[in-house]
Formats: sequence, C-alpha cells, structure tokens
Amino acid sequence: MKLYELTIHEAHELLKKGEISSKELTLSVIERIQKVEDKVRAYVTINEEEALKNSEEVDNTRDFSTFLSGIPVAIKDNICTYNLRTTCSSKILENFIPPYDATVIKKLKTNNAVIIGKTNMDEFAMGSSTENSAFFPTRNPWDQTRVPGGSSGGSAAAVAADECIYALGSDTGGSIRQPANYCGVVGLKPTYGRVSRYGLVAYASSLDQIGPITKDVTDCAIVLNSICGWDEKDSTSADVPVDDFTKYLVEDVRGLRVGIPKEYMGEGIDEDVKSAVLSTAKLLEKMGAFCEEISLPHTEYALWAYYIIAPAEASSNLARYDGIRYGVRAKNYDDLIDLYKKTRSEGFGAEVKRRIMLGTYALSAGYYDAYYLKAQKVRTLVKRDFDRAFEKYDLILSPVAPSTAFKIGEMVDDPLKMYMSDVCTIPVNMAGLPAISIPVSFSNALPVGIQLIGKAFGEGTLLKVSYTLEKAVNLEKRKPQLD
Amino acid sequence: MSYETVIGLEVHVELLTKSKVFCGCSTEFGKDVNTHCCPVCLGMPGVLPVTNKKAVEYAIKAALALNCEIAEYSKFDRKNYFYPDLPKAYQISQYDMPLARKGYIEIEIDGNVKRIGINRLHLEEDAGKLVHEEGKGYSLVDLNRTGVPLIEIVSEPDMRSAEEAWLYLNKLKTILQYIEVSDCKMEEGSLRCDVNISLRPAGSEKFGKKVEIKNLGSFKAVKRALEYEEKRQRELLTQGFEVVQETRRWDEARGITTSMRSKEEAHDYRYFPDPDLVPMIIDKKWVEEIKTTLPELPDEKKKRYMRDFGLPEYDASVITSSKSFAKFYEECVELYHDPKIVSNWVMSELLGLLNEKGMEIDEVVFKPADFVKMLKLIDNGTISGKIAKDVFKEMFETGKDPEVIVREKGLVQITDEDEIRKVAQKVIEENKKSVEDYKSGKEKAFGFLVGQIMKETKGKANPQLANKVLKELLG
Repeated sequence: MKLYELTIHEAHELLKKGEISSKELTLSVIERIQKVEDKVRAYVTINEEEALKNSEEVDNTRDFSTFLSGIPVAIKDNICTYNLRTTCSSKILENFIPPYDATVIKKLKTNNAVIIGKTNMDEFAMGSSTENSAFFPTRNPWDQTRVPGGSSGGSAAAVAADECIYALGSDTGGSIRQPANYCGVVGLKPTYGRVSRYGLVAYASSLDQIGPITKDVTDCAIVLNSICGWDEKDSTSADVPVDDFTKYLVEDVRGLRVGIPKEYMGEGIDEDVKSAVLSTAKLLEKMGAFCEEISLPHTEYALWAYYIIAPAEASSNLARYDGIRYGVRAKNYDDLIDLYKKTRSEGFGAEVKRRIMLGTYALSAGYYDAYYLKAQKVRTLVKRDFDRAFEKYDLILSPVAPSTAFKIGEMVDDPLKMYMSDVCTIPVNMAGLPAISIPVSFSNALPVGIQLIGKAFGEGTLLKVSYTLEKAVNLEKRKPQLD
Repeated sequence: MSYETVIGLEVHVELLTKSKVFCGCSTEFGKDVNTHCCPVCLGMPGVLPVTNKKAVEYAIKAALALNCEIAEYSKFDRKNYFYPDLPKAYQISQYDMPLARKGYIEIEIDGNVKRIGINRLHLEEDAGKLVHEEGKGYSLVDLNRTGVPLIEIVSEPDMRSAEEAWLYLNKLKTILQYIEVSDCKMEEGSLRCDVNISLRPAGSEKFGKKVEIKNLGSFKAVKRALEYEEKRQRELLTQGFEVVQETRRWDEARGITTSMRSKEEAHDYRYFPDPDLVPMIIDKKWVEEIKTTLPELPDEKKKRYMRDFGLPEYDASVITSSKSFAKFYEECVELYHDPKIVSNWVMSELLGLLNEKGMEIDEVVFKPADFVKMLKLIDNGTISGKIAKDVFKEMFETGKDPEVIVREKGLVQITDEDEIRKVAQKVIEENKKSVEDYKSGKEKAFGFLVGQIMKETKGKANPQLANKVLKELLG
C-alpha cells in the first residue's frame, strides 16, 4: 500500500485502527517528495524534521479522534506559520519567519495536523500559473511542460502529485479553483468571511479567502469543518453557525435547480471545457436535477473591475514591505527614500510591481472616482446578478477556466491573456460567494473540471452536489504518472 | 485696508484607553522602547485590526460633550504614506464618513459668549516615534505609541484672534479632562495641535491663502505662533505681497515660523475604505447610554456655582477650569458654611502655591477636611488669618493636620488681654516718638504701634484685642 496516495478519510481510518502510524504516513509523504519534487517543484520550504517530530508526538498521544490528527498537510506560503519561513514566494520576504500562527494554522494544530511544508505560489498570490514565483516555477504533475495554474499552484500540484495528503490555498480571483482544475483535484473557495483571514498575507483583503485543496470531496468537507468559524481576530469573519459539512456527503440532486450562465460559455472558452460543463449538466439532469441556461449580464465587466479593486487594495497592503522592520532590505542606499525605492525595486517581481502601479494610479487623487469608485459600482452590479439568479436557482454550474492547463511560458509575455484564465472564477470573489472546482473528465490526458457556485454560506449544497457528481463520474483512482 | 484674521484648529487627542485601538497592546506612556508591541500594531504580514470598543465609546463621549451629532454609519479608511514610524505604511483613519460632525464649544471673550463650531470628530490610530540621536548617522524607531487611539477634532474657521484660539484650546482641554477620556498632556504628546491661519480683507466672505503651522509644543506656543503669523501675514499683505499657501514650522527658540513644505509637495494619501474593517454601525441606544455617563460639564458647573454658592463669575470660572480643582472646592464647601471664603483661599493661596511649584491639584497632599479645619481655627480665634497663611504653607508641604501644626509651632493666638497689655506697654515705652506722633493726631502712628505688638508676639496677638488694648493705654 502506498500510504502517500491515501485521502484524509482513508488515512484516518487506518490511524484510528492502529494499522498505520502518523510517522509512517509522514515518512511515506516525505519519501514521495524526495522522489518526485524535482519534477514538480511544489515546495518552497519542506518542514521535514519538524513534521516527523510532530507525527511522533501525535503517535504518542494515540489520539486520532479528530480527522486531521497525524495527517500531513501542505500550506500555501502566504499563510503565516509560527517559526516556519513564510515567503509569499517573494524575494522581499525570503527571510521572513513569522512570530505567530495564522488562525487556520492554529486550528489545524489544535487538530494535531502535521505541517509538511510550505508550497510555491505566484508572488503575493498575483498570477494564474505559479510562474510568477520569485524562486522557481512549479510544474503540472500531469504534464511537466505545463503550468499547475495559480496562484496556489504549489498546493494543487502537491496534492495531485501525492506530495501531501491535502493542502491549504488562498483564492482572491480563482487561485484555489483554477489550479485545482488544472491539476485534477478538488478546490473550494468558501464564502467570504467563512474562514478567518488572520495570518493570511493579504493580497486584496476584500476578496481573499483561504480554502482547502484535496484529493476528493469528502476530504474537502473534512478540512472545511476544521478551518471555518468566526474569529475575534478578523473583523470581516462571519459570526454564523459552524455546520458539520460531512453531513452533506450524500448522493442526492433530485429537484435541484441549476443555472448555467451563457456568459461563461461563450467566446474564448475551449470546446472540451464547454462539453465538460454540458455533459455534467446532462448527468445532473439524469439524476433528477433541473438545468437551464441563465444570464449574468455584468459578467464581462467583472474581470476589469477586479483588476482595479484587487490592485488598489494590493498597493496599500504591500506598502508595508519597505525594508525597515522585517524582510529583505537593499544593501546600498543613500537615504530613506532611496532605501524604500531600492528595497522595493529589488524585492518585488514584475507582476507585483505592475499591480502596485495599477492600484496606486487607480486610488490617486483625481482618478479615484473614475476607477476605484466605478469598479466598486460594477462589483455591486455583479453581486446583484448573482442575487437575482439565486432567487430562482440553487446552484450555478460553469467552467472553471477557459482551457485546460497551458504551457509554461505560453502567456508570460501577455499579462492580459493570463488575466483571462481567471475570467470564470473572478465574479465569484467579487460577490463573496462560495464555489468549488471538481474534476469531471480528461481532455488530451489533462484534467478538466467544472465549477459550482453556491449561495452565500451555501457550502453544504456545493459539497452535496460535488459528492454526487464525484461518485457518478468516478475519476478517483486516476493518478498522474511521475515515477 | 484692514484685515480680518481667520483661524481654525486641528487637535489630536490620545484617548485614555488601557489598550490600543486595533489590538490588545498596552497604551502606557514612558515604557521601554518597543515593549508594547504585537504583530498587529507592528503591521506584520497577515495580521488584521480589530476595533477596540472602549476607544469608540470614548470618542462618542467626547463627541457628545462637544455637542456633536453622532453618525449612525461611519467607516474606517486607509491614509497611505511611507514613513518609518508608520509600520503598515498607512494610517487607519476616517475620511469622508467620520464618527461625529457639527458640534461646538462656547468660549467667553470680552464678557461675551462666542460659539466656535466643530466641523468633525473622528477616530484614528497614532503613529510611532522616531528617535534621532545627535551626531549619529541613523535614526531609531520606537513603536510603543503605534496604534494608540486618537481623536481628531477639527474646528470650523471661526476664531478671529490668537486669544480666541487659546481660549478654545483651553476649553477643549477642560471638557476632555472633565469627561476623563484624555489627560491632554501636551508635553507627553497626548494633545497635539496644528493651526490654520489666514487673513482676508475685513468684510470679505472669501478666505485668504492659509498657512498651516505645525510643531506646537504648548498652549503658549500656539498663541505666540498665531500672533507671529498674524503679524507676518498682515505685513506681507499691506506691502502688496501674496501669502504663500504652505505648511510652516514654529521655532520656539527664535519665536518665528519657518517654511516646511509648500502646497505643491502636498501628499496624495490615496484614501480608500479599509477592507479589513467592517463599517461601524452605531446603535442609538448605546449613544444614549454613553450620554448618561457624561458628568456635569464646566459651563453647567460654573453656572451652578454662581447660583448655589453665590460666587462671582470670575471665581466660578477659575474654579471650574479644572475638574479636580472643582472637586476639591466642592469637598471643602460641603464641610464649610461660607463658599466665598473657601473660594478666596483656594484662588489666592492654593492656586498661588500650585503655580509657584508647577503642581497640579491632584498632587496636593493635604485633605479638604484639613483645609476646612484650618478655616475653622481662624473662625474660633485660635489663629489669626495671617498665621493661617503659614499654617497653610506647612499643610501644603507636609500634609499635616493644621491643629498639629499650630500645637507644634506654638502658633495659638494670644487672646489673653493681660498678656497683650504687657506687650503693649513695652511697645509704648520703646516707641515714645510714635506715641507722641499719635497723640498729635497722626493716625498712621497707631498702625505702626499695632504692628510692633504683632512683631513682638510673632503675629500671635489677636489683632482686635491688640487694637483695643492699645487704644485704652494711649487714652
């Protein structure tokens, strides 16, 4: 038995029965990393020694009452981990060791999770391919000439390549769902406010949300259970009852009303992606759901509004990286202003600089109304589209991304084209809704997934339908060939 | 042409909350550098602010005391700029939707009450502090103050002289101290003031070019800087020059203002709503509750003193100008029958000593009850008013019971007629010339003789008795 191939719930059963130990499981994952990491390059930091120590500690307690106990998890490197380097894949934070844990990390640790390492990402979560990492690009385990997607590409690739049992990512405009889709795994972006952002290094505060990337839907529910909930340290976290999401893991879509927005199925969307959505709709109908084309008329503006709001917030959120208190400081400088300029010039990559400049411009005096304020109005219209749709439908079904994973380097010189790869996911963040990406088929040996968008705090419905679909399409055992 | 001066003030006040406005760190002043800091107030990657309810409560309390309207809906914005004392490179403040608006303060000038409008009051976080060491090629950063809650109170441009600005500031300080939301210590930076001043032709509605003055370290500096700037601008205008719109710095040592930066270099703060903080929805009921916690404010107190204690307006103003001073006064009046006598003593002797020593009333060591005891010693003839002044000084320094002081120093008044007669006889013999002068009609000489009796008895002779006995002896 290859322990690293296990899901959380499979590993949990074995741990509980005492058939395996957490140390064996952790070692298996570490050996897997040693074997395939050269090909995938999912990790910025591997926490080997500490992970082994932690797994032994868990074994000693013999307490496997909680699902995550003793199970190795990979963490996107923009989630702060106490005493463990957190770089955001940026040179400017290359040496940053947080003196505190993010709330989600605290929760995982309370559940005795074993943190195996920190995963690569687009610098400060800006990008859709994980090519914008200041360190190295991560490769898609299904085809190493292709990107894993971004910005949580390291997390998605690590899960797909069995270099961890599950992972956490963050999603600002599709950064969990899009890479999960490219890598053939499950990715959930929870409702904004469902999971505390405390300790998540902010890219765009009003859009960012932490979520699970897992091998199957059951694991997704399990991880969501342990990371969600109101947090006194995050004013934007929602004080809503914490559901047990595993109770939604049932096969039942009867009577479900599903809308398929035509704006997500038009020009620019590959045929194989469209057909994956349409065949999913057929499958759902066969199982008793009702599917219908709908319209979300402001969809076309969502992307452009996003590229005002997210950079605006980013320009402010990233201003603190000035070389004064932590992180990397330029070596030679003349005075204070020169220190700021050189530190930031040397420390940030091209995409980050591009967005900081965009955002600074959008917020500056005289342009605020024309750009930022206008974008916020568009955001309201996008939200209203969804509100209207959800008056009539329980769920929205759409593609996750316009195509399957693209080639490394293919879009590097065309940022606008790269931005398009998040066109189906961005409106969801603008509206603060939950959405899940699950694999449903393959096209030219690359995974193709679909996106399900739910009502605010409607993760339960998303999980139920995903679970039903997962059972129906049955792709579970297909793995990328890395050996 | 005659000119009219237009002055507006921006006052920053640190609130007396125990913890900072967006994290749980202590706000205590004067602790070792960088000891009251956490990841949140240091702006570490990933941290988030959470609003301190007490800070909002204090801000509302201040706004109510300043007659402001409390906004039901307000929000926090980010004010972006780079500086080493600003860890996040933005200050969380309030921009277009402040917590409170449209208030006022009343001042008295030339016997008239004048209302100075308050444009807005908002809540924000303080920045840290740079420590520059002479001769060193670097500066150090202390972030203890980072995140201490501040309220910014922006007046309307309603003041017409440095004097009015000074009165406004004093009134503001008194009110804030009364409601105990700030200690308003300018020397510790818990009250900071920037002033805007412009001149315009008398009768004109349009404002002139304004100058902002920063670096004002005391109330006196505010007044001096405004007086200087008023003069400077008037001279420029009368000579046909224009005033440059700019920020100027007050140079306390030279007593002048100097240019700091011009309008062209003004910052673009790129304000936008802070996405990490949800808007503040202020519950009306909460505001009403806070209203009930407001104490009697200085103006009401003053009116009550005039009405209930029959104090002259001047006395009432002086005594109510500080909450602790008024409290001391009231404690005394409760134990003593004549409020005016208490007021006389408090205003002359007590205030005199406090000013002389540079002390605050809270630092006084004796109790109001002891003070009243001393007044009663005068009333029952144990000591004279003159001796009482010495007893008072001793009380002020040692906090001792006045009866003990009188006993220890043997200050009991001589009321024994025979004893005084003996002294008087001695004085008559030793001052024959004065006695003759008196007898030849020079009234002044009598006073001198009484003075000699007092001198002989070290002031202990009862003055009325000394007068009576001397008159008898001189026939």
